[in-house]
Amino acid sequence: MKISFGPIPYFWERERVFDFYARALEAPVDIVYLGETVCSKRRALRLPDWLDLAERLTAAGKEAVLSTLTLIEAESEAAYMRTIAENGRFAVEANDMAAVNMLEGVTPFVVGPHINVYNSRTLALMARAGARRWVMPMELDRDTLVALQAQRPAGMETEVFVFGRLPLSFSARCFTARAHNLSKDECGFRCADYPDGMPLRTREGQSFLSLNGIQVQSGETYNLVNEIGELRALGVDVLRLSPQAQGMFEIVDAFRSVTDGHRESSAAAAMLEPYQACGACDGYWHGAPGMNRVHP
Amino acid sequence: MAINRKLELVCPAGSMTALKAAVDNGADAVYMGFRDGTNARNFPGLNFDLNEARQGIAYARNRHARVFLAINTYPRPHQWEKWRDAVDQAAGLGVDALILADPGLMDYCVQRHPDLRLHLSVQGSATNHEAIDFYVRHFGVQRVVLPRVLSLTQVQNVMKRVNAEVEVFGYGSLCVMVEGRCTLSSYVTGDSPNSSGVCSPAKAVKWEESAAGRRSRLNGVLIDVYAPEEPAGYPTLCKGRFEVGGKVYYAMEEPTSLNVLDILPDLFRAGVAAIKVEGRQRSPTYVAQVTRTLREAIDACAAAPEKFSPKGAWVEQLDKVAEGRCHTLGAYTRPWQ
Repeated sequence: MKISFGPIPYFWERERVFDFYARALEAPVDIVYLGETVCSKRRALRLPDWLDLAERLTAAGKEAVLSTLTLIEAESEAAYMRTIAENGRFAVEANDMAAVNMLEGVTPFVVGPHINVYNSRTLALMARAGARRWVMPMELDRDTLVALQAQRPAGMETEVFVFGRLPLSFSARCFTARAHNLSKDECGFRCADYPDGMPLRTREGQSFLSLNGIQVQSGETYNLVNEIGELRALGVDVLRLSPQAQGMFEIVDAFRSVTDGHRESSAAAAMLEPYQACGACDGYWHGAPGMNRVHP
Repeated sequence: MAINRKLELVCPAGSMTALKAAVDNGADAVYMGFRDGTNARNFPGLNFDLNEARQGIAYARNRHARVFLAINTYPRPHQWEKWRDAVDQAAGLGVDALILADPGLMDYCVQRHPDLRLHLSVQGSATNHEAIDFYVRHFGVQRVVLPRVLSLTQVQNVMKRVNAEVEVFGYGSLCVMVEGRCTLSSYVTGDSPNSSGVCSPAKAVKWEESAAGRRSRLNGVLIDVYAPEEPAGYPTLCKGRFEVGGKVYYAMEEPTSLNVLDILPDLFRAGVAAIKVEGRQRSPTYVAQVTRTLREAIDACAAAPEKFSPKGAWVEQLDKVAEGRCHTLGAYTRPWQ
């Protein structure tokens, strides 16, 4: 099984991003998704920077994929996406149907987790459009994956989000700016102060969600380390880890040791405990509310 | 896209009484769903079985109103046959258009019922001309309903670039998240608009009374606390009060309704084909009130867009039935931008 780093969901300063990928060059990760997928205002890195990182990762034997913005409203956002779609060198992950529209027939692509592939007919349609891999939407469960794998189009790889705060929603408005009583245009990039998002709690102090600019994430960390055996049995090709500020390289080591058969899932789960700031959840996989923890 | 001089009023029909209220009060079209999870308002006691749908369509047709049917959730493999059958039934009923979100279902519909008019549901989550172009090219979608995240300028820009009619939300509860890509509800309750046709479902809601006030919970998660005299709203989870950075406030969105009266002439001039009213889960009284008021407003706007200004009485009537009893232009004017 391959392991991937999803795109960095947070607004990290430029040096932090470069440091992160410098370490990724040496890490036991096979695929690295690069680029800004949340907010088009975040431009600490420009396309040439991302392309440069992609070259370096490729030279180190990794597969580099350019990820695109999830919510596309402005013409400028669509234009930037077209530049990515037509980069001519690296594969692209589509996170909006606009990207699929641009990539169809142009270059093979990855169907990101924010394209609603809920059934085989949609997956077949994506295959005809040129997709060679799809990332299962996070709210789908094991039973759905079983059925979709049974009718998977030839040559289509399956990737499952197995670790990280879940991206739950996107909005035109910025929740981080709102938390600071700032307008979106004058946000001052306050999201850069929260390399893991801003914690949102209920009025009883229960950790609940995390605000990351225009995106709302789960407070708890989705973790399917206990399901790796089953994911393998289902023919899942890639396990996705979503970058966070703390412990990414310990996290990838833990997952790698399980996929390589060097460690039991339960032992890896214990290694991951310190990197789940608000605890773990795995409900979606089991067909339960996403925030639930079904596997003890 | 050519300017479409008729601005159609599309109203919610969550029941036969609501359908009649909409048609009798001047809706050009109504939209309905079957009584199951195939539509995004899968609430207890709402919607139509096949026979009721037939009667509703007849009622509307006799009064020159069109009927759209929404099958706008995303079927998973074990649900596929039921959703497919719903498409066949809708085709058999002779609805004027089918409102779909799932690309797989659209693919089926085009193959099986090539003459059936397709609208892309707001749940299809198409917020830009490139995404819309995908649905137009593949399925010949003739109308798209835009998510409630676009500014007026962005709506106008989309209009210039797409080869389909555009329908926008004009009134009703406001989704602050882009529709079709929000799983907050399933994170908490297991059911989301995409998978089950519900958001923050009533079966997961619990009210608690205490000396400190009323608490609303969604599957155990505290969504809000209301002081003893404070009016309590439905605990839609993005409209609760939470603590962020030491402050308690509406961290995502206030409970408020969308109302586009102020920009009706702009939408009209941009060539928007239809104004949609949200609220299949609302009462027939709401439907009658909102339909009557918007009919009057749209007619006044169409007659003289340059002279149009919303009458105080219209605003008052609409605010009376609004969530939170107040309104906003939401993303159209972006006060938070």
